[in-house]
Amino acid sequence: MNRRKFLAFLGSASVVTAAGVTTTATPAKAGVHTFPYYPESYGVLHDTTRCVGCRRCEQACNIVNKLPKPEKPFTDTSVCETRRRTSAKQWTVVNKYTMNGKPVFRKLQCFHCNDPACASACFAKCFTKQPDGSVQYDGTQCVGCRYCMIACPFYAPGFQYDEAWDPLVQKCTFCKPRLDKNELPGCVEACPMEALTFGRRTDLIKVARARIASNPEKYLDYIYGEHDAGGTAWMVLAPANPKGPKVPPENPALAGPELKQLGLDTHLGNQPMGELTYGALGAVPMIVSFWPVLFGGAWAMTKRREAMYKAEQEKTVREAREDVTAAVDAVVRKIQETEGDGAADRARKAMAEALKARDDAAAKHGEDA
Amino acid sequence: MENHAINIPIPTREKMFNMSPLLRPTLGNIITWIILTVGLVITFIRFTQGIGSVANLDDNAPWGMWIGFDLLCGVCLAAGGYFTTVACYVMGMKHFHSAARPAVPTAFLGYAFVVVALLYDLGHPLRLPFMFFFPGTTSVLFEVGLCVATYLTVLFTEFSIAPAEWLSRRFPIALKWRFFVNKINILLTIFGVTLSTLHQSSLGSLYLICPGKLHPLWYSPFLPMFFFVSSMVAGASMVIFEGFFAHKGVHQYMDAQHLRESDCVTLSFAKAASFILMAYFMLKFIDMLVQANIPYLFTGYGLWWMVEMFGFVLLPALLYAKGSREGNVRLCQYASMNAVAGIVLNRFNICMIAFNYQLPAAERYFPSLWEICISVFVVTMIVTCYRFIVYHMPILYEHPDFKDAH
Repeated sequence: MNRRKFLAFLGSASVVTAAGVTTTATPAKAGVHTFPYYPESYGVLHDTTRCVGCRRCEQACNIVNKLPKPEKPFTDTSVCETRRRTSAKQWTVVNKYTMNGKPVFRKLQCFHCNDPACASACFAKCFTKQPDGSVQYDGTQCVGCRYCMIACPFYAPGFQYDEAWDPLVQKCTFCKPRLDKNELPGCVEACPMEALTFGRRTDLIKVARARIASNPEKYLDYIYGEHDAGGTAWMVLAPANPKGPKVPPENPALAGPELKQLGLDTHLGNQPMGELTYGALGAVPMIVSFWPVLFGGAWAMTKRREAMYKAEQEKTVREAREDVTAAVDAVVRKIQETEGDGAADRARKAMAEALKARDDAAAKHGEDA
Repeated sequence: MENHAINIPIPTREKMFNMSPLLRPTLGNIITWIILTVGLVITFIRFTQGIGSVANLDDNAPWGMWIGFDLLCGVCLAAGGYFTTVACYVMGMKHFHSAARPAVPTAFLGYAFVVVALLYDLGHPLRLPFMFFFPGTTSVLFEVGLCVATYLTVLFTEFSIAPAEWLSRRFPIALKWRFFVNKINILLTIFGVTLSTLHQSSLGSLYLICPGKLHPLWYSPFLPMFFFVSSMVAGASMVIFEGFFAHKGVHQYMDAQHLRESDCVTLSFAKAASFILMAYFMLKFIDMLVQANIPYLFTGYGLWWMVEMFGFVLLPALLYAKGSREGNVRLCQYASMNAVAGIVLNRFNICMIAFNYQLPAAERYFPSLWEICISVFVVTMIVTCYRFIVYHMPILYEHPDFKDAH
């Protein structure tokens, strides 16, 4: 049992106790929390050295997904000049970047991570990694918290802020309905330059390696998305800097400055983003089990200290009382010897009254304090 | 002293309500009415026209003022609830009892209105309970949600003693409930501190998933710890801060015990806050060194980080130390304002200012006027509810029917 399964198991257990209802009560189903790597899954390799920024992919995406008509037509390639991001209305955009002085176009969309940050972050389980490689979003249970958008390292999901009654997160679906019909994703089919290659992810990595090997001057020796953020279904090949020093293979630190010019972050690490939170989540059972003992113990110690203090106080009072009684007896005996019985009785009575008055005063003072 | 307690207008069986202080046309009340009216209008717009109609939130900044202030600061500043009850009931510092009574309703109101404010931010507010039906157990937000929901229930139960005492003169059945809650009070307190530890720290854990978006000076694997430690400071500071305002506004409702203990509470909490703030400063400073973030100190963000660390962590720590050492209540109150401002600044930095630091300025978020109005509206609702409670329930005084009952 690895840590994630353990967490998932604990999570479903705590929900059983907390809410009394659960959809993941059965241990077998607890496995849905893990995102296994599907070796047969599909992906797309985006070769930015081939991309010309024609925006046909954007157009195809718009048509097949029935997205709203944009202000400027897709034939207007000048929009690539300004930096854009994907949104609820545009699930893919092509931006123009300047890499070592040369224009390079890159298509932005959901990267369909192997173990997606959005799915880790979603507290209503809207996102699922499918065996075909796509990351699917089910809006029917979306609460609209937008934590997926905070979590996504690629700034991919968009939100329908203008929608009053049913605002949802929107992102590339990998053209899931088309994949199911054995059709290519809209953008891949529309690309006139073969800048987008669809295939099994494992094959695409081989294809990318072969391209780099056959043309080492042209390509940066780094497949973006092979390992970044735990690996992604969509991967990017970037051009090498012909004038700069050669970047050694698969070195995120040295490839970083090159890829940064293309808006790609190599500092995400090789682990899925969600794993960054599992340490903190793993501490939850520790705190739940240990804190009550710690604070219960502190409370018990306080109680015991109070009880001891009270007993000590009572003992002191009792001893003082016994002392006083003995002293009074001695005094009365002395008076009896010297002054006679009548005086002794008066003295005893007077002293008893004086002591009572003092006790009453002390009790009243104690109430105040 | 005794006379003072007699002057408190305690509701009687015949006259259960004491609304006149809320309805009198004083300057404060008029401002309150205006804010509440404007807030209701914006609320109507928000829920009929969508989030985009009032908020500057966008795809790059999905969380803004409402999460940064109402949720992160709201939860943190309501930490006085667990901090005071643990000090009073668990650690046995009985002289804080007069502080624990107002801290519980404040915390309850704080959490209740965190949830209210959250409804503005959620795309589907009515689906909030979905997290229990489709629990995303890998999500930090799920932990936050579960803890806040449970803790709100705990706080409501702890708080319910006050309305029970108020209502018992008309509905004696409330006494049974009060008796029951008193019996389990220590369990509630310990449950409360456990839940608080979890979700106070989890609010920091929320940002663990996005190291690429939060500036390295604020991002740390120890974010949950920072959030928890600073929530203790917030708890202590808010007790002092609220005490200061309560003395200005609702002094009339304080009994002799409250007045006698309040200076001692301020000085003791100031001392505690001073130590915790010092520890927090060291935690953050060492974390900065360990993560090799020194080069960032010489950038604009580095300067801003130092403003936060020196002006809003170290300075209040020193002011608290000086104030508590010299028995200077006024200085401790100023220090509490400084500390509370520091907490708010820290949460703003993490949620808004240092978030998306790599994006160009044009794509950065700044809250709209309406978003700020909603936040002000929520705070005003909290203050109004607090006043209603203080005017009716035994918060700042002990109910004459239940003297020495604790």
